[in-house]
Amino acid sequence: MTPTTKGVKQMTVVNAGGTPPSPSVAASDFAGDQHATTLRGAAQAYRDRLRGGDMGPLPAVLGLVALGIIFTVLRPDTFPSAINITNLLVQAAAICVLAMGLVPVLLMAEIDLSAGVAGGASAGVMAVVIRGDGMPWYVGVLAALLTGMVIGLVIGLMVAKLGIPSFVVTLAFFLGLQGITLKLIGQGGTVPVHDGTILAIANSNLPVTVGWVVAVAASVLYAALSLRRHLAHAKAGLARSPLALVVLRVVGMAVVLLAMTYVLSINRARVPTITLAGIPYAVPLVAVLLIVWSFVFSRTRYGRHVYASGGNAEAARRAGISVDRVRISVFVICSGMAALSGLIAASRLNSVTPDAGAGNTLLYAVGAAVIGGTSLFGGKGRIRDAIIGGLVIAMIDNGLGLLGLAAYVNYLVTGTVLLLAASVDAISRRRRNATGH
Amino acid sequence: MTAPAEPLLELRRINKSFGAVHVLHDVDLRVYPGQVTALVGDNGAGKSTLVKTVAGIYPFDSGEYLFEGKPVHITGPRDASALGIEIVYQDLALCDNLDIVENMFLGRERHRGILLDERTMEQEARDTLSSLSVRTVKSVRQSVSSLSGGQRQTVAIAKAVLWNSKVVLLDEPTAALGVAQTRQVLDLVRRLADKGLGVLLISHNMVDVLEVADRITALYLGRVAADVPAADVTHSQVVELITAGRSGSIGLPMAAANESS
Repeated sequence: MTPTTKGVKQMTVVNAGGTPPSPSVAASDFAGDQHATTLRGAAQAYRDRLRGGDMGPLPAVLGLVALGIIFTVLRPDTFPSAINITNLLVQAAAICVLAMGLVPVLLMAEIDLSAGVAGGASAGVMAVVIRGDGMPWYVGVLAALLTGMVIGLVIGLMVAKLGIPSFVVTLAFFLGLQGITLKLIGQGGTVPVHDGTILAIANSNLPVTVGWVVAVAASVLYAALSLRRHLAHAKAGLARSPLALVVLRVVGMAVVLLAMTYVLSINRARVPTITLAGIPYAVPLVAVLLIVWSFVFSRTRYGRHVYASGGNAEAARRAGISVDRVRISVFVICSGMAALSGLIAASRLNSVTPDAGAGNTLLYAVGAAVIGGTSLFGGKGRIRDAIIGGLVIAMIDNGLGLLGLAAYVNYLVTGTVLLLAASVDAISRRRRNATGH
Repeated sequence: MTAPAEPLLELRRINKSFGAVHVLHDVDLRVYPGQVTALVGDNGAGKSTLVKTVAGIYPFDSGEYLFEGKPVHITGPRDASALGIEIVYQDLALCDNLDIVENMFLGRERHRGILLDERTMEQEARDTLSSLSVRTVKSVRQSVSSLSGGQRQTVAIAKAVLWNSKVVLLDEPTAALGVAQTRQVLDLVRRLADKGLGVLLISHNMVDVLEVADRITALYLGRVAADVPAADVTHSQVVELITAGRSGSIGLPMAAANESS
């Protein structure tokens, strides 16, 4: 051995074994930086994240606020009225549910172009089962969900096992399923939905008092869970947000919930003799789906595996995750949620038409997910993105309708917004790669 | 440095062919606890085939596979990891969109009921990194995409250590790293051995190998040219072993070296 290498070698050994650092010293290396302890620190960390290209839902929230202001200024009498806001939320419900189903598919860097018409076909099955066979509503709903999930299973098997790009498989389903709906419903006809329970989703409201109780209870529950989590993490010395930020989030959530409940509890009947007030059932339905899926994707092993498979499929495979099974499952979730979305749309229209879920339904939903901050490149996105983006899309649709502009403007504006959102995604992705965030 | 009596991992007279190509000829490999064994060899010498054989990815044609002195039967990667053999591959196998804790527990998440047990996982990840004296990582909740090459390699190695592994195979851990990061990773490799693990370091870099290894196993065209204490050989001798299969008194017999080439 040459003298130089020997010298280096000895130095290494001394470094490694000579002064073993005590565990407490090593642990404090993390303790110093594991979390921003102050609100200012958290704000700084957030700014760094934004600058690094991790925009999250910020552009969508800003867009939502801007759109709200613009339409309120242009149509001060109609846009901010209780009846219009209720309409807007019910319009958004179907888009949001479809978009929530699409988020897991996008997380895997796949696409489901057939989700809209899968919802239409499922709603068609429901309508035919209830009307033609005279079954109770829950049989119809189950049949619709099952239809959706089977469609998703077939798509998933073809993508994962045969290796056909999802774009092609779902494009084929987009065409084929429209044929199925047409056959179910009959040329030129519509199947009316008379069932009270189905109609109630989009057309009936929670009693005002119940609405308030639910809103207050949800706020309190959210506050309690957030605080409990914070205290438990603080006690164990784990990474956590500063208490001030937790409180801010809790207060923000409560304000949004209670303000929404207040607006929806205003009597919005056009005829003075009746009262029409309360939260439409579609809203709590969407909220429950949001909570359930957020839980699944952020707190369970399955959710973690979806993010891992979408982020780096090879790494996930080496870690023993069955990526094929995950890939199939997201298509099942997507088409199942599409069926629910189809039911909400059928409830709003009181019928199922042969073109249910066709047209721009799907593109609205993909647009909603992307506008909300879900990446088309996979691995990045949250379920809540679907809600924020869905509200943006519904607000554009609703506001432009109130402005009474020609239909072509609506298409142009929506297309532009989607393009903007996709650009934000692509640019922030490039910044992330450049800065390593 | 004297070798402990019993190797943790031992391969005896391993032969492996791919069709007509005889890749490994009677290869002996020993990995001792508390030591870094370097596996060196030129491209095509059979390093990766040997690693994949140890990992259980390739079955071998003949020979013996012993773990802690007992013959074992390895039929797949799962068998190897069940024994406590972990492999850190060159391309790292980390998910950029997940944080350090999530990556370290990927596929083996701790959970309570249907809930992920984030608390235990974060604590264990932090303990593991602390026990390896990793100081370069700011927070265990940092996204892996924000880490440097050396830090990523560190996380990949820590992930292997987390599972109470006994033998860690490192495939070219410093190949893509700068000077300072190579330093970090080599220190970490040394610490793994100091903790009593058996480390097999596959590397092209002679400086790294001579600096950190206790023993050097040189492969030459599918044969073991030498298995020597690192202190007994010089840089140029190792290079000769890699390129010619022999160097002075050590290495393959002249006949074998010539026959193979």
